[in-house]
Amino acid sequence: MFEMLLIEGLAIGACYGLFGVAVAIVYKTSDVVNFAQGEMGMVATFVAYHILTVYNFPFWIAFPATMVFAILLGMAIEFCFLRPAKNPTVLGLLIITLGVEMLLMGLAGWKWGAEQKDFPFLLSVYKTHEILPGLALNEWTIGVFILSIVIMILLFLFFRYSKLGIAMRATQQNVNAAKIMGIKVERVFSITWAMSSLIGAVAAMFFAARSVLDPNFMMEPFMRAFAAAVLGGLTSIPGVVIGGLILGIIENFFGYAWPEWKPIVAFVVIILIITIRPSGLFAKHYIKKV
Amino acid sequence: MKRDYYEDVELFKSGTILAWSVVLLIFLFTVPIYLPSYNVYLLNVILVNVILAIGLNILVGYTGQISLGHAGFFAIGAYGTSLIMMHLHFPFLVALMIAALIAAFFGFIIGLPALRLEGPYLAIATLGFGLTIMHIIGRWDIFGGRMGITAPPLDLGISDSSLSWVIAGDVKIYYLILIITILLVVGARNLMKTRVGRAFMSIRDDDIAAEVMGVNLTIYKTMAFAVSAFYAGVAGGLYGFVVGFFDPFTFNLILSIIFLVMITVGGLGSIMGAIMGAILITYLQYDLLKNVENLPYLGGLLMTLSRKWFTVIGLANFSSIALGLIMIAIVIFEPLGMFGIWIRIKKYWKTWPF
Repeated sequence: MFEMLLIEGLAIGACYGLFGVAVAIVYKTSDVVNFAQGEMGMVATFVAYHILTVYNFPFWIAFPATMVFAILLGMAIEFCFLRPAKNPTVLGLLIITLGVEMLLMGLAGWKWGAEQKDFPFLLSVYKTHEILPGLALNEWTIGVFILSIVIMILLFLFFRYSKLGIAMRATQQNVNAAKIMGIKVERVFSITWAMSSLIGAVAAMFFAARSVLDPNFMMEPFMRAFAAAVLGGLTSIPGVVIGGLILGIIENFFGYAWPEWKPIVAFVVIILIITIRPSGLFAKHYIKKV
Repeated sequence: MKRDYYEDVELFKSGTILAWSVVLLIFLFTVPIYLPSYNVYLLNVILVNVILAIGLNILVGYTGQISLGHAGFFAIGAYGTSLIMMHLHFPFLVALMIAALIAAFFGFIIGLPALRLEGPYLAIATLGFGLTIMHIIGRWDIFGGRMGITAPPLDLGISDSSLSWVIAGDVKIYYLILIITILLVVGARNLMKTRVGRAFMSIRDDDIAAEVMGVNLTIYKTMAFAVSAFYAGVAGGLYGFVVGFFDPFTFNLILSIIFLVMITVGGLGSIMGAIMGAILITYLQYDLLKNVENLPYLGGLLMTLSRKWFTVIGLANFSSIALGLIMIAIVIFEPLGMFGIWIRIKKYWKTWPF
């Protein structure tokens, strides 16, 4: 029982971590907390659903098509809503992303209605495989583990070695200095949003496979993932993943002990932790200069 | 030109403003005579939202702290007032004060982590608070659980005795709420002109500089949260009696977001902005956008669009789309909100024809 709870917690935690990384990438480069991230993933999942069930295309066409849509959606939101804001405050940016959230939620409700749907995902929660003797995992869990490890390694290599990744890190440290060095900062922002939207869409599909598909389904996972990202420290990507895993485990064990309080136990833990460590567990705390 | 410190803090800057304020008050007190009953209900909701928006603006606009959990304080006010009246049989105003003070106490508690948190970290902490309150209310039977509770009769005296003075009907409730609203608006306006209000604003502009100048951050940040929560608690208590029935899902995250929309659209850091924003957003939400298909031109266009590309039944979601677009447009084009537009019009006519 203990192993099952642990593995289950790690799997859902990896999913939170993955989604938290999507939030963290945007925050790292442009200091925007994207409250619309969940709804961007939700719309992308609905597009996948539409392609799969209405047009009856197979999954290997629907998946890449959705990825392309997610990239375009991320770029479009950055271009239309965040770029025109001149000298915005932190609160202003927050309100823009909240506005995008309501906009996307409304559009999805208008197009697909509020009733709950089943998302036909490639990996099922119910089919199990025995990997090691005595250890049976369901397809979904295996998929989450493989995917999150692959994405982490790719992101690490990207930020460490690729020219674009280095440009992103430079933009994060100082936008004006990056501009002087010849980095096209706006293009970097655009690519950041595309990446984050892409990762968010993949994670959202995994969430949809576990629960149901409706215009509100990403709200809870988004808040958990955001909380996980804050727990790990929004600026450190490995920290975010570890935060997600911790959150997943805590939630699963508490959920087993007190099922009624499962939805909020994570938040209570996180509020306590960020009260003690205001920048999360793994991020450096910068003292503000006057 | 101001010659005296007193001129900076006085309530009415000139006789003209005093005269117009009296006209406005007379208008507000006679409004139910010209309006049909449903619109009085709408007015009640607007007044409740005005109280809440002013409270939220004290926190967000004046002190510069972010809150995504005001629906939680609103819920404490609503449930607190109704439950105290149902179980302890206190008069309405006493129950309302107790519930609002409980909300203020919770605001103080939330203010403590806020001493160390800012930006997104504060957002997640307050958001977690709002969700926790909603969840606790939904779980405990004393709060009526998921089914919600019905507000008791609004009794200004002690119920079940000769001192009972029950207020029923939208019009009577309107007068009660109007008096409370006026008191709270004037209270907030005066608070912002005192030492406390100036301390709030200095924290918003730069907390470290404020601390160096001798503003005690611990006291004033928690006080901002407590005052704001107190306003939200009063608004919640009144809201319970305006709608008559409420359940935990009334007080969800979307409600907190809509409160934020009100103050950004109206104008951050101004009492009048909060009032204008609350009026506009409540009107849009409860009246205009609810029956969007009946609007001239736009309604027909939206119906055609719905039939061709979307679903007709989902058209109810249009209010969410419109509010989202309004939020984005305000931040991009007019960061000061409706209050900024008002200031610009005023300046234009003051200096006209130059």
